[in-house]
Amino acid sequence: MALELKQIEKVVGRDVHIHPTDLVLEPGSFNILLGTTLAGKTTLMQLMAGLDRPTGGSVHFNGADVTGKRVQDRNVSMVYQQFINYPNFSVFENIASPLRVAKLPETEIKRRVGEIAELLKLSAMLDRKPSELSGGQQQRTAMARALVKDSDLVLLDEPLANLDFKLREELREELPKLFGDRDCVVVYATTEPTEALLLGGYTATMHEGRVTQFGPTGAIYRNPKDVISARVFSEPPINTAWVVKEGDRVALGNVAAWPAPDVLAGKPDGRYQIGLRPHHVLPLRADAADVPVAGEVLVTELSGSESVVHFKVGNETWVSLAHGIHAFDVGETAELFADMRHAFYFAPDGGLLAA
Amino acid sequence: MNKQINQKAWLFVLPVFILVAFNALIPLMTVVNYSVQETFGDNVFFWSGLLWFQEVLTSERFQNALIRQLIFTFSILAIEIPLGVAIALTMPRKGPWVPVCLVLMALPLLIPWNVVGAMWNIFALPDIGLLGYTLNALGFDYNFTSQPGDAWFTLILMDVWHWTSLVVLLAYAGLVSIPDAFYQAAKIDGAGSWAIFRHIQLPKMKRVLTIAVLLRFMDSFMIYTEVSVLTGGGPGNSTTLLSIDLVKIALGQFDLGPAAAMSLIYFLIILLLSWVFYTVMMRNEDQ
Amino acid sequence: MAQITLDKIRHSYVETPSKEEDWVLKEVDLVWEDAGAYALLGPSGCGKTTLLNIISGLLHPKQGRLLFDAEDVTDLSPDQRHIAQVFQFPVVYDTMTVYDNLAFPLRNRKVDEATVDKRVREVADFIDMGHRLDERAKGLTADGKQKISLGRGLVREDVNVIMFDEPLTVIDPHLKWQLRSKLKELHQRVKRTMIYVTHDQTEALTFADKVVVMNLGEIVQIGTPVDLFERPHHTFVGHFIGSPGMNILSCEPDSAGARFAGGTVATENRLSAGESGKRIELGVRPEFVRFTAEDGLPADIVKVSDAGRYRIVETRCGGETVKLLVGEGDEIPADGARLAFDPSNTRLYADGWLAGEGR
Repeated sequence: MALELKQIEKVVGRDVHIHPTDLVLEPGSFNILLGTTLAGKTTLMQLMAGLDRPTGGSVHFNGADVTGKRVQDRNVSMVYQQFINYPNFSVFENIASPLRVAKLPETEIKRRVGEIAELLKLSAMLDRKPSELSGGQQQRTAMARALVKDSDLVLLDEPLANLDFKLREELREELPKLFGDRDCVVVYATTEPTEALLLGGYTATMHEGRVTQFGPTGAIYRNPKDVISARVFSEPPINTAWVVKEGDRVALGNVAAWPAPDVLAGKPDGRYQIGLRPHHVLPLRADAADVPVAGEVLVTELSGSESVVHFKVGNETWVSLAHGIHAFDVGETAELFADMRHAFYFAPDGGLLAA
Repeated sequence: MNKQINQKAWLFVLPVFILVAFNALIPLMTVVNYSVQETFGDNVFFWSGLLWFQEVLTSERFQNALIRQLIFTFSILAIEIPLGVAIALTMPRKGPWVPVCLVLMALPLLIPWNVVGAMWNIFALPDIGLLGYTLNALGFDYNFTSQPGDAWFTLILMDVWHWTSLVVLLAYAGLVSIPDAFYQAAKIDGAGSWAIFRHIQLPKMKRVLTIAVLLRFMDSFMIYTEVSVLTGGGPGNSTTLLSIDLVKIALGQFDLGPAAAMSLIYFLIILLLSWVFYTVMMRNEDQ
Repeated sequence: MAQITLDKIRHSYVETPSKEEDWVLKEVDLVWEDAGAYALLGPSGCGKTTLLNIISGLLHPKQGRLLFDAEDVTDLSPDQRHIAQVFQFPVVYDTMTVYDNLAFPLRNRKVDEATVDKRVREVADFIDMGHRLDERAKGLTADGKQKISLGRGLVREDVNVIMFDEPLTVIDPHLKWQLRSKLKELHQRVKRTMIYVTHDQTEALTFADKVVVMNLGEIVQIGTPVDLFERPHHTFVGHFIGSPGMNILSCEPDSAGARFAGGTVATENRLSAGESGKRIELGVRPEFVRFTAEDGLPADIVKVSDAGRYRIVETRCGGETVKLLVGEGDEIPADGARLAFDPSNTRLYADGWLAGEGR
């Protein structure tokens, strides 16, 4: 059951919420919308679901135009960031509610609720009310309700955002398994690049109401189409800077210079942008080819197994992410080593330069 | 914008239009019609222009009723709003007493208006009423049926008793919606109870208080039943408020023209003052 | 500025606690040094917010004493304790400007206007609000409001401790790291005791010099971020800190360490005398497991998740799930995979607690 958006657009007053967008989501696929809070993820989901009407373009399901079809008449489920359950229904009744609407026989309801509850580890608490559950269990109940009815389209809008860190990790692992053998289209919105990577599937990076890039998650991460997509898909933020190519050398202000890479061979001299992920900038020299970059340290964050150093490079703030503990004092001038062989090179207009 | 959506929307609004037309617009137009004509019944009408408006506005009787009305309304606002907020502040915010307090507060609001008037009439009678008798026993010369001051005192007391609860309930709703963190932060910042009231509770109650003031203003400006039952506008004309006067003219004297003109003026005054209240209270809201 | 001592603090929300389960705080005994950056880390319901409220004076403990330096403050009200707190949801006084918000705690304490002005301007520059002093606080974004809440704590010279209760909950994810850096920087500059309460390990470990990990109303470990990562004192700490958490595997104790999955695993610690009868587990972080070509524990690969700069490989080994991290360029064997655990980072746990250490 493929979902297809054709030149879909949403304009409210003078504000463009979604610029004309084309997107094809395959049946049985797990799709992630990745972007910051106001990137347009929720709006796009509402357009997909039929909760909101596009001001231009159309939505197609299995080739049929469903643009004007009401959400009640489509087979859609949705899970929200807030745990939304019926407070005075038991967990069983909560999960069963979409089946009751569909007027399924009692035995069939029992069977399906039992199955999905087993899958989501809710079997032991079917008689309880949502208020007697932990946050994680409440969100599992909401998910069970969304999954029990065999929807064609399942939308999850930052479903893990309100959960404790460890619960998030646990549910994130279970999620792709839940959809494993279904042929529905799953769309999952998140603000966190790491979450997108771990969930796998396909990712659409979003920025200011546009889908900037769409494809298999790992491929999108490794081959950002332009500087914006690279920024959206990096945590901590990707290090960027303007560099100048002169002959066979590339220079970053007077901070650093290194041999021009193959992608710049044959390109005219002048200004280019680079993007270098934080784990390719390290406090220790790992390779003779690494380029030293010195700058004033703004702060060092330690997170157990890793150190994150924020420091100034020219006019930019760069971040280094390294295994182990590397503490620098605030204000100290530190020398870090950039592995420029992993850098992305972008044309002045932001597009990736491919080799 | 999509045209189709707009047309559908109009269809949905249509029933409301029809309803409003029947219970507001058509009667209003009838009143407008009466206010510019002279009639002696039998469906015979003469055009009189703005004569009635002129007459009403310059009549001492109207002016006096309006002044009485304004005094009444501002007195009860001045008492009920602060008193309501004060009571709301003393009510418990959690625990078993919350429902008890709420029910107690809601009680006066559940009593029909004419019953309230009758109750207070008997309650305040100087010979057999509990209030009237007690006041006289304490040495006050109290008789609301003969002394204008006492009539006013009783009238305002009755309104305060009847309607302060509404302000309490609204203010209370505003208060309980304030998250605990605000109180905790204020304690830590060393704020006293006045500062907490001034900088947290009052600003957070502002919207509901605006609604309370508007409701109480409009209701008190249109008060009729209780006053009519309690004092009938007397003694003399001392408690003849606008609505009482209006009914006297329209139904007592069948002066439909002047009564209609007076109704419209009355209506415009309420509209104007409501707007002024609203604008003043919401002044800082969008800055 | 003060050293904070929690002396045998216990708390219960039940009027007369009778059973052990009635206590939400079992017994907390702890000293926080002056000017330290601490974090209280644990899952929801572990008692960390209760403890925070006891320190701030919003809650009176059922038992025990709280000392700021040598002074017993157990019975003092929040404002007498000279503390500051930043809440989960930003608290600003809507009717006031940024300036008046920052001045509020000082004016309440009758500080003269000249001093107020000086302090407010200093602090406003500190929190990058110097140019927005005349704006109404109501119109600020969530991170702006949180900065104001923080600023109200900083303006007072007499503050003993600044506490943070999940302060980044409402902040946009892509702004979080900036605020984290800001807090860290602030601590390094103002040198006040700060306590940061959170369920998020990254936030705790990034902010704090010392992290107090709590579970089920008691402290399970106090340590530097490195301690918690490298030498967890309890399997809970191993599991809770690190993503993915530590592998915790049932095993049989052995003279060299442990028997697991048909092989011998060397461990860094040994069981002490009284521990042999207890439930014995092996703890090793995914970072310290690798594929080996030589002798190793046979394992089947179940799943590979791509985290970008590394991959998380889930395997079945000896009837248990063992996860390991594999770097960007490194190979994952197609079949016949064998695992090796780093002996200096593989430990035995008895009934959940680090073996040989006692409790």
